[in-house]
Amino acid sequence: MTARDSMKCLACSLALVTAFALASPKALATGGGIRLLNAEVDLGDRAALQRGAKLFVNYCLSCHSASFMRYQRMGRDLGLSDEQVKKNLLFAGKKLGDQMTVAMRADDAKKWFGKAPPDLSVIARARGENWLYTYLMTFYEDPNRPVGTNNLVFDGVGMPDVLSELRGSQVLRAHAAPEGQEAEGKEPPGPRSVNETLQLERAGLMSPAEFRRAMKDLTGFLVYLGEPAKLERYRVGGWVLLFLVIFYWLCRGLYKEYWKDVH
Amino acid sequence: MKMMWCGLVGWIDDRFPLTELWNEHLAKYYAPKNFNFWYYFGSLAILVLVIQLLSGIWLAMSYKPAADLAFGSVEYIMREVNWGWLIRYMHSTGASFFFIVVYLHMFRGLIYGSYKGKRELIWLLGMGIYLVLMAEAFMGYLLPWGQMSFWGAQVIISLFGAIPFGIGDALALWIRGDYVVSDATLNRFFALHVVALPLALLGLVVFHIMALHQIGSNNPDGVEIKSNKDEDGIPRDGIPFHPYYTVKDLKGAVVFLFLFAIVVFFIPEFGGWFLESDNFEPANPLKTPAHIVPLWYFTPFYAILRAIPNKLTGVIAMGLAIFMLFVLPWLDRHPVKSIRYRSALFKLLVMLFAVTFVVLGYLGTRVPTALYSELGIRMGELYFSFFIIMWVYGQDRRPAFYFNTFLVVLVALLCIDWIRYDPSKGALMWKSLLMPLVYHVVFLLAPVFTSLNESRPVPERVVFK
Amino acid sequence: MSYAGVSRGRRRFLTGTVTVVGAVGTVFTAVPFVLSWQPSERARALGAPVQVDIGKLEPGSRVIVKWQGKPVWIVRRTRDVLEELPAHDGQLRDPSSNESIQPAYARNEVRALKPEYLVLVGICTHLGCSPQYVRAGQGGQFNLPAGWRGFFCPCHGSKFDLAGRVYQGVPAPTNLTVPPYRFISDSLVEIGADATQGAA
Repeated sequence: MTARDSMKCLACSLALVTAFALASPKALATGGGIRLLNAEVDLGDRAALQRGAKLFVNYCLSCHSASFMRYQRMGRDLGLSDEQVKKNLLFAGKKLGDQMTVAMRADDAKKWFGKAPPDLSVIARARGENWLYTYLMTFYEDPNRPVGTNNLVFDGVGMPDVLSELRGSQVLRAHAAPEGQEAEGKEPPGPRSVNETLQLERAGLMSPAEFRRAMKDLTGFLVYLGEPAKLERYRVGGWVLLFLVIFYWLCRGLYKEYWKDVH
Repeated sequence: MKMMWCGLVGWIDDRFPLTELWNEHLAKYYAPKNFNFWYYFGSLAILVLVIQLLSGIWLAMSYKPAADLAFGSVEYIMREVNWGWLIRYMHSTGASFFFIVVYLHMFRGLIYGSYKGKRELIWLLGMGIYLVLMAEAFMGYLLPWGQMSFWGAQVIISLFGAIPFGIGDALALWIRGDYVVSDATLNRFFALHVVALPLALLGLVVFHIMALHQIGSNNPDGVEIKSNKDEDGIPRDGIPFHPYYTVKDLKGAVVFLFLFAIVVFFIPEFGGWFLESDNFEPANPLKTPAHIVPLWYFTPFYAILRAIPNKLTGVIAMGLAIFMLFVLPWLDRHPVKSIRYRSALFKLLVMLFAVTFVVLGYLGTRVPTALYSELGIRMGELYFSFFIIMWVYGQDRRPAFYFNTFLVVLVALLCIDWIRYDPSKGALMWKSLLMPLVYHVVFLLAPVFTSLNESRPVPERVVFK
Repeated sequence: MSYAGVSRGRRRFLTGTVTVVGAVGTVFTAVPFVLSWQPSERARALGAPVQVDIGKLEPGSRVIVKWQGKPVWIVRRTRDVLEELPAHDGQLRDPSSNESIQPAYARNEVRALKPEYLVLVGICTHLGCSPQYVRAGQGGQFNLPAGWRGFFCPCHGSKFDLAGRVYQGVPAPTNLTVPPYRFISDSLVEIGADATQGAA
């Protein structure tokens, strides 16, 4: 094996590795036959994160905890002062240094909803941002469900449609058959688009465009919630790489100097 | 200043073999001067071990090994311990990089015949390190107590249940300390992962290096440098490890750290390969994830396990696959060490083995559809075939030997297919049979009819460019 | 092994540079590990300043709160107690609080921001027990002189006056510590933060 072969090997391996990095070990970006919407999260957009935080605290925090996050830390990361956090995001009985837990007890929750609402601290890392965004967008009326609603990417979900006052209510389009009822003899259809499957029946407090913006904000906030240190790690990483490049250059110089001895 | 230093060293030397060790293992350890890219991975493995030890000890300062606290303690480290996120990512990335480095290190041994001659013990100790490393990684993965941690452990421990005569179930119960993977299992895996296995690993690494230094290093040409010494008894093709390889390995280490930093700081999850998304869901004994996948470094053996529909046979096959690596020095008896001077067919054989291993690894992550399942079995057959051919190529064989071996292999393949015959997959099985068939036609019949299995003459001295 | 003409100086320079830059890198790598030992976000949250409502505190009464895991007392002193304080200066080990720990605004005769309210960390400066609050006439159970009032530590018998100052002849070496604190309003005091240093 010559050096050339080694280089070829290395190139092949890097290509393989990159291919793997892009194709995750889990099923790719489809959730139950629906093409996922793009959440377009920008963690640098603090205003969006603040709006998302407000939505989270008002619509999610009553049932879902985010128990690994503290109010004060969240305020700091989002660029809010302690006072702003206390006024807009902190609820009765909670202190600034507290974790974002809920009062609902797990057994009560199970009784009312069939399953305790999961903690959302790392939901974005478990489900992915596009899945979450699509989930928030695709609740629709379903008389067959005890909660009255269903969801396109999470069939049979026990969560009621708490965002309906903002979104309005959606229904399945007439021609969109529920899962499992394909036309005879045909190949199963590819992933369907959300627009083809749902339509708005009753308007909510927000226009569709406003609601999309709001859900993107909320998804962005959930992504932040999943890993608050993300932006810091990019920042520190840049410096580390720079240092290593310089250090490599020095080490290579030292190596070449000594290896002049070797023939 | 220099006198003080010499005085201090002298004082220590009277009481401890400091200078002796320094010379024997560094300043006067003569290594071949033609080490190439493949020779970085030994020192890199030591570097990763140190990274894992340091980051692991620091994680253990905040981690809580109890079923109800573990998941939360990891998030506590990620969010509330100063720089905890960095230490965590170093450890999770380090685990995967450890296996990348170790696999490449083992591959170097394969292509340059570094297990031949008197180096069998180095290879065996290395394989011991590999086994302990796999156990260490397996136990470590339970600790975050996510869905994948829990269910991965559940599945792998239940493999022990495959052992018949009631031993298996008792064994699995004993390992778990409970009827399912639980707090008891977590706590003991923590103790083993943090204390017992790292100690074993350190011991094996020390022995591994001692065994190496006893014989001396191999090199890409497979030429023994000790057979050509100058009048001072120093190998003509050797150079002292220090300063030449310390300085070269330092350069290699910096490149490694650069790649390591890219992952740690920018893509620690690596698309789900290093940190699986399912593991961000706390373990739930009542809900099995749709798709249980071990971490990528176990997947080749997992694929072999899954390829066989019978639980016990699958476990045996998986064990055998690892065992074959242990006995490689006794299978490959060919006098030429390095792939550079072996036959064209041998080069093809080794490259195919690498491809087989990678494809098996990929298959281990997929849902076992009919096609993937069949492919898994055929790839498994190719995996084991590698060892058979290695043994056959170990010396010059008469044509009759090749023909006979081909016949035996063909019969074995057909027997296997007959045992596992499934009419619904008949067509697929026939088509896929081509894979091992063509493989053996090439490797067992081409030597008879062509000169493709002839090795080249090995040079007297190493080739240094 | 070296060839003729090897530049010793160049080698020394390069080795030196690599060593120095490498050492810098090592220090930078060590920093996160060392800093990870500092109190975590959780410790800081649990140790955060505590606000106490003293609006309903009766004169002569004491309220106890937990701050940074330690008991903190707030005592509403009566005028006669305050007037009596200078009288026992002679019996005290450190009447001017030269040796003890307190913020600058508590280094006075009454050891407090506002004389009426005494704020102390309720941990004996001897070996860490929490002393008892003894009002006039209650000293009998500890064999104290009738009419004696102050803080008495039952573990080894240390005595402190109602400004937390230690008496002579007892094991405790210094006065009780005064934590940083401030008044947010007349009835709300915050332990652990003050105007000078923010959150402690």
